[in-house]
Amino acid sequence: MEFKPLTCEDKPKVRFLVVDDSVFARKNLCKMVQAFGGEVAGEAGDGVAAIAEYASTHPDIVLMDITMPKMEGIEAVEHIVRDHPEARIVMVSSVGYQDNILSALQKGARHFVQKPVKPEALYEIIRYVLNDQVAPAPVAAGETQS
Amino acid sequence: MKMELIQPFINSLDAVIAETMGRPAEIADVTMEEGNYKRTGIAALVGISGEIEGRVILDMEAAAAQQVTADLTGVAGNPTEETARETICELTNMVIGNAVTQLNNQGFKFRVHPPEIYALDGGLEGAPDIEAVVLRFETPKGAVYLNIAIRYKRRRAGERATANVLCP
Repeated sequence: MEFKPLTCEDKPKVRFLVVDDSVFARKNLCKMVQAFGGEVAGEAGDGVAAIAEYASTHPDIVLMDITMPKMEGIEAVEHIVRDHPEARIVMVSSVGYQDNILSALQKGARHFVQKPVKPEALYEIIRYVLNDQVAPAPVAAGETQS
Repeated sequence: MKMELIQPFINSLDAVIAETMGRPAEIADVTMEEGNYKRTGIAALVGISGEIEGRVILDMEAAAAQQVTADLTGVAGNPTEETARETICELTNMVIGNAVTQLNNQGFKFRVHPPEIYALDGGLEGAPDIEAVVLRFETPKGAVYLNIAIRYKRRRAGERATANVLCP
């Protein structure tokens, strides 16, 4: 599937920080980011590394897993948003129960996508988060945004 | 073990396999097991703690794991064993994450731990005091085993209290 390159303000490419403890999942997300015309500014394998990586790369979008060693994604969101209120974070996790989604949103995450991730669904959500378009509903596994 | 605990894992495996392999999985066999679980190929384990506790293992035949990895990563040739392990770990994460989402939305509160890959040949240690259900699925790439050993913590505590009254 072809995607129109994502845009953010006047930047030539949207920069992403991809956070997941699974190297496989990170690679997959990085491939999607590139297919969306974005650029991978950094990667992290846990919440602690994500906080440091955010501070050094200042990405436009963070794709954040929840269940990770050292520090989980929701706690990392809290730290990042406290220090960088402008941070745009999309949770990408296989664990998508309501408490988790609510907690992530309360801590400052902008959206939630459940694994396995459909590229077209992730693309629509990122577009919304970047441009404040009509809010799509959180995406459960196997669902596609209309 | 209650079917209501197992069904979400079956549904989830079916959905994830259909999504990643293009065709649904079919249950080929169901057995009960006690003691150590001996893996057949590449296996990953996820621990669960809280109102539901125990562990779930996803175990895929090595050849199937190699094929799935090649398909999902898009890498030509034989993927390395490390890449195959990573892939199975993430598949396990997706299957169990989706299943626990269903259970959590039914009102159970618990925590899921990150998946761990086991490559030992001596067998995986079973969860103490929990009988395991082993489901064998046939997928387009080969056999996948789901070993589920979980229980209700609160209910077990209640049962123990009742047993102590009846047999002090």
